[in-house]
Amino acid sequence: MIGWLLRRIGQAALVVLLMTLVVFIGLHAIGNPADILIGEDLNQQERLAAIARLGLDQPLWRQYLAFLDGALHGSLGRSFVYQEDAFHLILQRLPATLELAVAALLLALVIGVPLGLAAGMWPEHPLSRAAMAASIVGFSLPAFWVALMLIMVFSVHLGWLPASGRGATREWLGIAWSWLTLDGLQHLVLPAFNLALFKISLVMRLTRAGVREVLPQDFVRFARAKGLSPARVLWVHVLRNTLIPLVTVLGLELGSTIAYAVVTESIFAWPGAGKLILDSINSLDRPVVVAYLMVVVLIFVSLNLLVDLLYKLLDPRVRLEGAA
Amino acid sequence: MNHRQRPEDTAQALRWLQDFARSRLAVAGLLVLLGVLLLAITAPWVTPQNPYDLMQLDVLDARLPPGSPQGGGLYTYWLGTDGQGRDLYSAIVYGLRISLLVGLGSALIAACTGTLLGLVAAQAGGPIDALLMRLVDLLLSFPTILMALMILAYVGKGVGNVVLTLVLLEWAYYARTARGQALVESQRGYVDAARGLGLGRWRILIGHILPNCLPPLLVIAALQVARAITLEATLSFLGLGVPITEPSLGLLIANGYQYLLSNEYWISLFPGLALLITIVAINLVGDQLREVLNPRAQR
Amino acid sequence: MSLPERQPPTLEVRDLHTRFHTRDGVLPVVDGLSFTLERGQVLGLVGESGSGKSVTGYSIMGLLEAPGRIEHGQVLFQGQDLLTLAPRERRKLQGHRLAMIFQDPMGTLNPVLRIETQMVEAVRAHRRCSTAQARQQALDSLASMGIPSPQERLRAYPHQLSGGMRQRVAIAIALLHGPDLVIADEPTTALDVTLQAQILSEVQTLVRERGTSLIWITHDLSVVAGLADRIAVMYAGRIVEQGTVDEVLDHPQHPYTQGLIGSLPSANRRGQRLRQIIGMAPNLLDMPAGCAFAPRCPRASDSCGQRPDFSAPRPAASGHQVRCHHPGPRQDSPEAHP
Repeated sequence: MIGWLLRRIGQAALVVLLMTLVVFIGLHAIGNPADILIGEDLNQQERLAAIARLGLDQPLWRQYLAFLDGALHGSLGRSFVYQEDAFHLILQRLPATLELAVAALLLALVIGVPLGLAAGMWPEHPLSRAAMAASIVGFSLPAFWVALMLIMVFSVHLGWLPASGRGATREWLGIAWSWLTLDGLQHLVLPAFNLALFKISLVMRLTRAGVREVLPQDFVRFARAKGLSPARVLWVHVLRNTLIPLVTVLGLELGSTIAYAVVTESIFAWPGAGKLILDSINSLDRPVVVAYLMVVVLIFVSLNLLVDLLYKLLDPRVRLEGAA
Repeated sequence: MNHRQRPEDTAQALRWLQDFARSRLAVAGLLVLLGVLLLAITAPWVTPQNPYDLMQLDVLDARLPPGSPQGGGLYTYWLGTDGQGRDLYSAIVYGLRISLLVGLGSALIAACTGTLLGLVAAQAGGPIDALLMRLVDLLLSFPTILMALMILAYVGKGVGNVVLTLVLLEWAYYARTARGQALVESQRGYVDAARGLGLGRWRILIGHILPNCLPPLLVIAALQVARAITLEATLSFLGLGVPITEPSLGLLIANGYQYLLSNEYWISLFPGLALLITIVAINLVGDQLREVLNPRAQR
Repeated sequence: MSLPERQPPTLEVRDLHTRFHTRDGVLPVVDGLSFTLERGQVLGLVGESGSGKSVTGYSIMGLLEAPGRIEHGQVLFQGQDLLTLAPRERRKLQGHRLAMIFQDPMGTLNPVLRIETQMVEAVRAHRRCSTAQARQQALDSLASMGIPSPQERLRAYPHQLSGGMRQRVAIAIALLHGPDLVIADEPTTALDVTLQAQILSEVQTLVRERGTSLIWITHDLSVVAGLADRIAVMYAGRIVEQGTVDEVLDHPQHPYTQGLIGSLPSANRRGQRLRQIIGMAPNLLDMPAGCAFAPRCPRASDSCGQRPDFSAPRPAASGHQVRCHHPGPRQDSPEAHP
């Protein structure tokens, strides 16, 4: 087990390294990195000084090592717009994005799993059919359009929920969270729900497919032959087998949710990392873009690793492969 | 051995059609899709206005609610007008054109390149296969929206660039499926039989293995088109897609954002509905295709 | 031998009809089945794939799933009709007085739960006791099956046990509450021959010890030859011949039974062409109007266009029944030409 873990971490580190190489090459291939990293409104002398400072006149491999060195120390460039360290900037905004993503995933689980279970157990029931039809609409919906419609209905027409912004926050573990205040929760509802829509459909369909695969298997029949109550057959036997693949998919979906938060954050003016990256792209604040890329790579690789680990822990067949 | 028109093939194809028609929703979706395609193709003839021709727009007619008559009394703005005075109905039809072009075009190119690469990987085996599959895994493990944003941030806006971006992101799906399917097929008996007859490797690949890979690829293609259209709309909405003079559905919706709060909802609502209907139709068809073509589901 | 007041037989199936409603049509998978099983008797239910034998087992146990439906008949378990029971009442009997063993031991046990969990839940489903007591009962049960180191087996997961061990666990679970009837659906088909023989003999011992009635479903006649008291041969959802094992095996009257016995490798001489029954099992959607076996039968005639009823052609053995218009010993056997 430990051996496997070390190997996986090694693999992950390799991927991150590869990505730094790709980003670095990308920086130099697309255009003059001086333009990308320095900015355009400096005069000639300042430019030369900046180039020397950033080491852009050094041979390529030296620059790469310097880049890596900087990355390891958490420094990936300075934002033009905010005049702050790009990495630091992103870290500041990350909790807001995480809040949104986790809320969305929780919603997806709470709504999607029971619906999917029901649809799998009683597929012919009209409610199941309706739910499945709704799920197709659910993942066909363009998220940004739904966001606009949600705002129109709940903010403009009904005036129940706010249309933008994050709301009041409270500190916990040194970070400001908005779900700890009522006002914050009110602001969280619409964007989280918007982000969750696609996921709810996904979870529902996955759960249903999982149930359909598990139900006809012999061990379910055998469980019934033992005289177990239908409730126990469902919750212990069927669910346990369905959850394993579901959990792995969800773990990976967290990464995807964080990414898609870009759109939601932009519409609801949610001050997270997603909005930051969009603004940065539009204002050509390239150091932030580069830093964001690296952060996302890190998040994804770690998530992948965690999900692999979780899968190993949950499925005894995989866990005990080496032991038996 | 000429297997072009085996009676089993036609019988099988008929059976698939029959199975497909079992879902009324899917058939409805197919009909809607055909209708949308027809509309897009005949755009200049079924719309009263060319929304891209600035000469035909009248700024005084901007933001009129649905059902208002045109300034000169020539026709009615059935779905209202947007901020620049475009007839929304015409704009939607022309926008559909772009969306469909981008979606179908990118899917086609990605399908061809991806399938080819996947087949090559399956055939070549060894380090080439491993390298290609690592690349595919890497590509597929990152969220499309982010990759699209990054690529577009570097290469700039425009329809061509959007298509390029979509192709770069989608080919991996086709490659992985084609490779997997090709590997499975090459274990099958008929490949050995063909080899026993002395047919060359590539001949076997293209003539025998490829046709059997088509069903799952078709399913993926259907669903990918929907994703491509949605992605293009999202990118255009964020201002990174098509140029503002030739708005696709996404851009139309974006333009309508600012008028939401003054209750001029139609500018965002109708393009969104058009987009939604198209995508739902594609997904319904794709879903049923998957049910029909999935060998596991067959009795 | 005088009998005290007659107890109802353990199982009496009367005219059971189970049909499958598929999109291609209605399949009469079990087509008017009737048989009786007394206490402590072992019945071998023999038939090829598709004959409806497994579905018979499910129908009796109450485990039939869509698109199958029991549409007619009675299943009297100790005098009580199982088909009219409410689901909750039936569940009280399942795993308690009635038990079933399936064919594939890997599929029978839930791969993500420990053996312990699966045995304890089976105990506690029918007995009010603590987990510790249930665990003890499970341990005892495993020990009585002759399973070594039962403690370790309990903590294990199914994939960590061998096929034979898994099947023994499944049998142990089935026998936990000392059921009156056990239905075994081809439990040894997936195992190798030596294991098969072992398990057969173990089951035989257990059943004799406890006086449990057993229905052993199989496609292999040789398996039930040494185990069963009675044999019922199924074809296309109907029983075509039934009687004591000696009667049926030594004096088969139905051409299908004769074909089955004749095609056993042991019945054939080396170097001779292996005897087979010509043709294939019938498509249930496309059944002939009369006797289902007629298309493949060497004795078929016009009268076979009518479905035959049971008859008892051997006066010496009234319990030996055949469903055939032309019952009788095989042409090339000494009995045919006295």
